[in-house]
Amino acid sequence: MNYTFHWYQAFRALPELLLGALVTIEVAVLSMVIGVVFGVLLALGRNSKHKLFYGVSTAWVEGARNTPALFQIYMAYFGLGSLGIFVDSFPALLIGISFNNAGYLAETFRGGLRAVPPTQMRAARSLGLSALAAFRLIVLPQLFRTVFHPMMNQMVWAILMTSLGVIVGVNTDLAGVTQELNVRTFRTFEYFAMAAVIYYLIAKLITISARVAASRLFRY
Amino acid sequence: MSNGSDFGLQELMLMIQAAGVTLSITFWAVLGGTLMGLVFGLVRSVTPWWINWPLGAILDVFRSVPLLIQLVLVNSFKSIIGLSTSAFVVSCVVLAFYTSSYCSEIVRAGVEAVPQTTRRAARSLGLTYWQDLRWIVFPIALRVSLPSWTGLTLGVMKDSALVLWIGVIELLRTSQVIITRIQEPLLVLSVCGLIYFVLSYPISRLGTRLETRWKDLD
Repeated sequence: MNYTFHWYQAFRALPELLLGALVTIEVAVLSMVIGVVFGVLLALGRNSKHKLFYGVSTAWVEGARNTPALFQIYMAYFGLGSLGIFVDSFPALLIGISFNNAGYLAETFRGGLRAVPPTQMRAARSLGLSALAAFRLIVLPQLFRTVFHPMMNQMVWAILMTSLGVIVGVNTDLAGVTQELNVRTFRTFEYFAMAAVIYYLIAKLITISARVAASRLFRY
Repeated sequence: MSNGSDFGLQELMLMIQAAGVTLSITFWAVLGGTLMGLVFGLVRSVTPWWINWPLGAILDVFRSVPLLIQLVLVNSFKSIIGLSTSAFVVSCVVLAFYTSSYCSEIVRAGVEAVPQTTRRAARSLGLTYWQDLRWIVFPIALRVSLPSWTGLTLGVMKDSALVLWIGVIELLRTSQVIITRIQEPLLVLSVCGLIYFVLSYPISRLGTRLETRWKDLD
């Protein structure tokens, strides 16, 4: 083994890497917000009797769940170009992950909706609550409880998935910054080890705060 | 758009061959990962906390660090210590550990789904420890775990696309090569996606089918 590790050099790049980590978190959060919005719509679509709405939602959900996330990012980056829509690598990453998140979250939400028995809705209505109030006060809190943990898992997934952006040329997120440093210095192992530690800490941070939040929110 | 070269039979055959590479990576990764996952899962469910927790923490790393980073790390470490293993083998090994991390959780959940009373009843009927494991725990745990294991296998197949980054020419990478040649990204990617879908969808349906069927049996 004639390789000397240059850890000091890697440590000096820590501020740059942390800035990248911030971008990673931003992309992941943004993709989750978009994913939740579309996920709710898709869950409603999967339960809908409207043919077109049902068809589009089912195609989206099955497509997102049965193809690789990287393929979905490729589709946004290379594929949309054929339709005359040219997206940069960063939006392509965001579109890809959001598409993926929405597909997985849709099934989570659908399961959550099924977990609240329809009799409760009827009971609430017969007690005089309006449809909206019954949904907000009876269904939503229970729905939130069942989807909370899967959503947090998806959030960790989103963080890990953002690393795929580097393959289509994103150079501002954690993986992208690491790769930039790597091509500049060829200290692959050191930089990627640093990135791995940062990714690990972010993932743990989410898991632990989710656990704390859950113990506060769902006490009874 | 196409300047003399279209998507034809030759391209399709190339992609089907590449799908073979994807499947073979998946096969080795799932085989190795399942064997390791069985061992880790069993060890974790029978050992005291001072073995269980550290092992769990180590396995958790594989789930908390992006697979892409794991691949790059192991690939570069391989070069550092001077091994000349092919990228294909590196991919299989990394994916196998990644799989084992998830599989150990599945195994553990399966073992824990067998009620303690059932196991004690088995032992009091005269079964040895291993007989109890083989004839009581295994069949019950298998039912609980098989649907999640199917899901894991499909997940690994999809995640195997990432190995293109360390230079393995699998399905997605082959599609990219064809795209640069015939300049029809949407068409080529659609075929690629269709292949992934055809490989994944029937098995995923089978998994859900098994799950509901076995739920009815309980």
